[in-house]
Amino acid sequence: MTGQRSSKMAVCVAVISKENYPLYIQTIPTEDDLKFHYTVHTSLDVVEEKINNVGKTTNDLRELYLGLLYPTEDYKVYGYVTNTKIKFVVVVESSNTALRDNEIRTMFRKLHNAYTDLVCNPFYTPGDRITSRVFEKVVNAMMLQDS
Amino acid sequence: MADEALFEFLHMEVVSYLFKTADEEKCIPILENMGYRVGHSLAERFTKDSSRFKDELDIMKFICKDFWTSVYKKQVDNLRTNHQGVYVLQDNRCRVLTQISASKQYLEAAPNYLAFPCGLIRGALANLGISCIVTAEVQNMPACKFQIMIQRSQ
Repeated sequence: MTGQRSSKMAVCVAVISKENYPLYIQTIPTEDDLKFHYTVHTSLDVVEEKINNVGKTTNDLRELYLGLLYPTEDYKVYGYVTNTKIKFVVVVESSNTALRDNEIRTMFRKLHNAYTDLVCNPFYTPGDRITSRVFEKVVNAMMLQDS
Repeated sequence: MADEALFEFLHMEVVSYLFKTADEEKCIPILENMGYRVGHSLAERFTKDSSRFKDELDIMKFICKDFWTSVYKKQVDNLRTNHQGVYVLQDNRCRVLTQISASKQYLEAAPNYLAFPCGLIRGALANLGISCIVTAEVQNMPACKFQIMIQRSQ
């Protein structure tokens, strides 16, 4: 690890449909972005578990934001599920300590807003891969913002 | 209010245009599908700030309160259920019927105007994970009952 601070916010952003297939996945350009696909995929089990546990414990915050799903040595995976069971997954580097819970929340908020705008576009068929340029712009802003 | 009138006029025009141009038996499914797509999008938009729904009844309450208020500026007047997957939503002054004479005269035209709202409910519920069949029934003119039959896959 070099001493320089990472200028990236998120290293991977993914949108996963109700039926658990990816609608959109964007990673920072690396030699093996398949690794991120794998990370996102494995996080789905944790998401499932978190949703199913919500009803069981009373006075539980029934929030859309799920928080940290799981940390690995290099990355932290955060999750968010909408009421319509669309999952958002964001992966950030563990070394990036500038990102607090609040910033992650704002990121998901933005992502959710962009997604709702997309669904309200009459030319978009729900369940299709996301190719919207506006949506892409929102995601790119999350990934490459300078700190 | 002007913005409410816009939706009413647009809906009336869509219905009358369809019945002028398309085959009679195709009109209802077209309107229903149109409502489905709109309901699907609206559900996404309206649930953005609400907390996660606990169960089916929670979702139905959301449809009756928030969803109906956002679309029709009033709540559903009565919600009944047999707890076995059938829900009846009763609206005593259904917005799409208020401009029609409140007598028996146009009773047979009512289904044309209710196809869109039926689709609206079906689309919203489908997006929230409930697949169902929605039918509407009118006995006295501005009052309307929507019957929602939930289809269980298992």
